[in-house]
Amino acid sequence: MVSAPQPAIHVESLTKRYRETLAVNDVSFTVRRGETVGLLGGNGAGKTTTIAMLLGLLMPTSGRIVVLGHDMAKDRFAALAQMNFSSPYVALPQKLTVVENLRVYAHLYNVRHAERRIRQLADELELQNLLDRPAGRLSAGQKTRVALAKSLINRPELLLLDDPTSSLDPDTGDWVRTWLEHYRAESGCTVLLASHNMAEVERLCSHVLMMKAGRIVDRGTPDELLARYNRVDLEEVFLDIARDRQAEIA
Amino acid sequence: MTASRKAGGFATSTPTGVPPASRALRGTPVGDATRGPASARRIWGLMYRHLTLYRRSWPRLVDLAYWPILQMTIWGFTSRYFAQRVGSDVTVTVGVLLGGVLLWETVLRSHLGFAATFLEEVWSRNLGHIFISPLRPWEMLAALVAMSIIRTACGVLPAAVLAGLLYHFNILSVGPVLALFMLNLMIMGWWIALACTSLILSQGGGAEALVWSLAAGLAPFAAVYYPVAAMPHWLQPFVLALPAAHVFEGLRAAIGHGIIRWDHLAWAAGLNALWTAASLLLFWKQFQASRRNGALMNIGE
Repeated sequence: MVSAPQPAIHVESLTKRYRETLAVNDVSFTVRRGETVGLLGGNGAGKTTTIAMLLGLLMPTSGRIVVLGHDMAKDRFAALAQMNFSSPYVALPQKLTVVENLRVYAHLYNVRHAERRIRQLADELELQNLLDRPAGRLSAGQKTRVALAKSLINRPELLLLDDPTSSLDPDTGDWVRTWLEHYRAESGCTVLLASHNMAEVERLCSHVLMMKAGRIVDRGTPDELLARYNRVDLEEVFLDIARDRQAEIA
Repeated sequence: MTASRKAGGFATSTPTGVPPASRALRGTPVGDATRGPASARRIWGLMYRHLTLYRRSWPRLVDLAYWPILQMTIWGFTSRYFAQRVGSDVTVTVGVLLGGVLLWETVLRSHLGFAATFLEEVWSRNLGHIFISPLRPWEMLAALVAMSIIRTACGVLPAAVLAGLLYHFNILSVGPVLALFMLNLMIMGWWIALACTSLILSQGGGAEALVWSLAAGLAPFAAVYYPVAAMPHWLQPFVLALPAAHVFEGLRAAIGHGIIRWDHLAWAAGLNALWTAASLLLFWKQFQASRRNGALMNIGE
């Protein structure tokens, strides 16, 4: 009998409390390997807090996180070597050039043949002409591509993306989404995508977790959610959940 | 941007650099992050990030040596003037004072080299990136210590050369024991900086002013320019709790009488071990607290 592979992410009863505030409340979910899962919710829903706990940056108040078979409470560094994160809200050191930034992270992730990997990413993400430019002098679109290159430097098996296309024009946003689609399909890596862009989630994600006030209030494939709420796009589903119209629909 | 992108549409807007299957997860292997050389690589990664800043900025390089040279110039002329006025042995007086200046700068530079390197990560809001990488906290501390050694060398060596050129004071005349004096003083700088780093983790960038001044504020109690016996009796037990006080007593004995006070060196080493352990404990507790309260995510101003 062949045992099923470990899921990429397994979260059990995850709770984070800051004094009186319950930021994440008894959240449980599993992300299978190779899936792209969307983590949706309004501002303050608990998406970033959940991601920070998955990254080991924040300790849960209670609950358990297992990433790529590693318990984050006991063995987080083994998991961190196999995962990575990209967010337009977390800038890279501005005074370092793009290639210097990538070298730093290649070292931190112990990437062998770092220069070859950097050249490869520069080709794939069209960074060749930006390599010697300080990170602080890049446009939003260029920064996004550099942040993606940083997050792919160690060929992560799990990629966490927080609003990767926010602040991008539609053309650049589409380019990034297309690139991510291809990358995920070719690499087979697992992606957890937190986003406010519902069209992006519909396009990229096979499953969606809807968060509100620290809880997962609904989940399913985009099609299942559209059918359940009798809506034509996820934006309307998002608004139904955000405005507590679930009861009316049920 | 490529022409293909600007043409629009899915087929034509496909990024030119789409990763081929053969190069994705199955491509160049990523090293095993748990092995010894991996640790050295990560430590070097963080050092490289900071060394690069100095390679590109001459004001940063000048800043490393500016204060030690300034201090050396002021104290050199002052000590020579006073030694001539009071008719004491110029060589010994100048030696004691300039040796004090150089060795106290060792404490300050090693402290700043460690703490300012950490602050650089706070200013650039890079701590989040660092702590989601496989870099262990002890590896970060090792990188900060290595940067501190480099920065201290860049600060103190030019001042030592200046002391030789302007005042004919050769710090190496203290003998091989100088290495032990300097090692103890650098360790003192590191545990002060570690305590400051804990304070930054707790209070954010708002604690920056204390980082700059904390070690300097210990100068009056470190017996740098005067013996412990010159201080009030009630203050002496506190002064003798600082490793620097023992090192400077030892320095005066070496320059003034040509003897090595091993008892003072032993006290300095023992006290350093105690203070370092206390600072490491403080840092570990504060690091864990930062992971609980989310400070690592948004530490800044």
